[in-house]
Amino acid sequence: MTITTTPARTSKPLSTLLYRHRWMRLVGLLSLPLTWLIGLYIVSLALLLVTAFWYIDSFTSKVIPGFTLENFVLIFSEPAYIATSLRTLGIALAVTVLSAIFAVPLGIFMAKLASPWMRAVLAVAITLPLWAGYLVKILAMRITFTEEGFFNSVMAPFGITGPGFSVLTVVLTLTYLWFPYMALPVYTAIRQIPVNLFDASSDLGAHGFTTIRTVVLPLLWPALIAGSVFTFSLSLGDYIVARFVGGANAQMIGSIIASNINLNPPVAAAFSVIPIAFVVFYLLATRRTGALERM
Amino acid sequence: MSAPHATTAPDAPGPADAQRGQGGVELTAVTKRFGETTAVDSLTLSVESGEFFSMLGPSGSGKTTVLRLIAGFEEVTSGSIAIAGTDVTSAAPFDRTVNTVFQDYALFPHMTIAENVAYGLRVRKVAKAEQRERVATALEQVRLTHVADRLPHQLSGGQRQRIALARALILQPRVLLLDEPLGALDKQLREQMQIELKQIQREVGITFIFVTHDQEEALTLSDRIAVFNNGRVEQVGTPREVYEYPQTAFVAGFLGISNLIDAEHAKRLTGVATPISVRPERVRLVDARTKPAANETSVDGTIVETVYTGPTTRYIVDTADGLRVVAERHNDHAPSDTAPYHRGDAVRAVWVTEHAAIVP
Repeated sequence: MTITTTPARTSKPLSTLLYRHRWMRLVGLLSLPLTWLIGLYIVSLALLLVTAFWYIDSFTSKVIPGFTLENFVLIFSEPAYIATSLRTLGIALAVTVLSAIFAVPLGIFMAKLASPWMRAVLAVAITLPLWAGYLVKILAMRITFTEEGFFNSVMAPFGITGPGFSVLTVVLTLTYLWFPYMALPVYTAIRQIPVNLFDASSDLGAHGFTTIRTVVLPLLWPALIAGSVFTFSLSLGDYIVARFVGGANAQMIGSIIASNINLNPPVAAAFSVIPIAFVVFYLLATRRTGALERM
Repeated sequence: MSAPHATTAPDAPGPADAQRGQGGVELTAVTKRFGETTAVDSLTLSVESGEFFSMLGPSGSGKTTVLRLIAGFEEVTSGSIAIAGTDVTSAAPFDRTVNTVFQDYALFPHMTIAENVAYGLRVRKVAKAEQRERVATALEQVRLTHVADRLPHQLSGGQRQRIALARALILQPRVLLLDEPLGALDKQLREQMQIELKQIQREVGITFIFVTHDQEEALTLSDRIAVFNNGRVEQVGTPREVYEYPQTAFVAGFLGISNLIDAEHAKRLTGVATPISVRPERVRLVDARTKPAANETSVDGTIVETVYTGPTTRYIVDTADGLRVVAERHNDHAPSDTAPYHRGDAVRAVWVTEHAAIVP
């Protein structure tokens, strides 16, 4: 009997070098993404923040580099601005809560009850809107909720009038836009809950709702928080929805930033700090619940 | 929350006395189909109160389905189930006085051990102080007080298994269902847990219904065993009955090793054309010239293989007319000696005729 061995392959000097030196491998992996992240992302954000402390020359309307807190003082003293900030926060929270309320039962149904065929149909139904353009979806909602639109004409026989262009329509439209970002992580997380935890819970005496409250929701916290970071921060930053379906009284932070971006860049920059602060507070709050530490 | 009858009053007399005689399980003509496949086929089975009852069978034989039907996780297609004299055929799991120990324990990963054990009391809204007290007692019973504040993933398999047991027993069920609870443990731990399970069952005095595919485990633990095959029960009996007097060829083959001798060979050997089964430990090997006694049956053959298992050696003997007989011999010779028979030896396999079981 003859024994054949696989011949050693020809040596590759570069691979050998990389194999010997760990730092070279790290440089190879990270140089491109870090250039992108630091060079474009962080630096531009930092520049924006710096601009918030500059001011406008009242004669020439030119931006003068310097240091003033007036822009922030303006934001926190003007009642309309405060109202807009709070409205934006409320809208973002409402969108997040609404998405979660839709996502959890849907996820339970998809992951644990639906037939494979039904599951596939629903997965497509959830993700399909992501393929449609952002503006297309907003205009679809606009057509639905406009004065003589679809909603009103269908509901007229029942004596129901739609919300028209209002804060409520903004919330509905933003939920429509960002729902997939909540539904997908929640569905994935529910799929990962072993079926026998449901069995064990009912075996130990828990009814369906108790099981959802004591077993499913706690296990979903990380997914709900991941999803909510999307729904919350994407809603905070949006202004096009408010512009097309919000009517006169649904201005959001983004609307103010957009209208100031040419007139008064320092004020726009100062205002963009507000949603950043909201997101930071939101993340700190979720951390405080301790829900993430047991995972 | 839950129906009052599902809660055992905390000041009820000890479970051992109060519940003895009221934890029987009756299955009557139970059939369960999943689409086209029949998992359980018209099964009638009666488990007596306080007994350690095993359902033994290969995977896919329907034993786990029967357990899930008793627990209420699946609904019967037809037939009825009664627990402690009450019909529960269409009752939800949370309305049945049974609890389950799951194969992979099914501990809630986000709850501490104490919270896991307390879960059943918590959903029944038992007072916090009483919960603490009963959890402490339950953890003591399985000797795991020191892990109360840990999370399930920080425990070893054996510890998790005991916590699953404590979580089920804290509710003082009339019947405890165990779905291959020792399957994931290694051999030594499994044997230790078998003894512990048996002790706990004797202590609490309730009915244990135990699903396993391990025939040795079933023989070791059970008061009675039901041997499952293809959704039907082949035989129910004490470990001794099912091992010594298998009523079907399947039972003879599934429990231990068996020499199944078909009708044709049996007729040549004994004059009666019924298949018989004889256990290897009842077969003796002798020299080919030794004359068997009047009450003995013998076949001549050649050893084709010897298997050393430690305490015993198995000899596989093939006869000229196509019969294969396994003989097992205790290694009671001096450790330094080799076995008295070797591969290729011509031998005579002998057993007492009435030691062979007739397999109808």
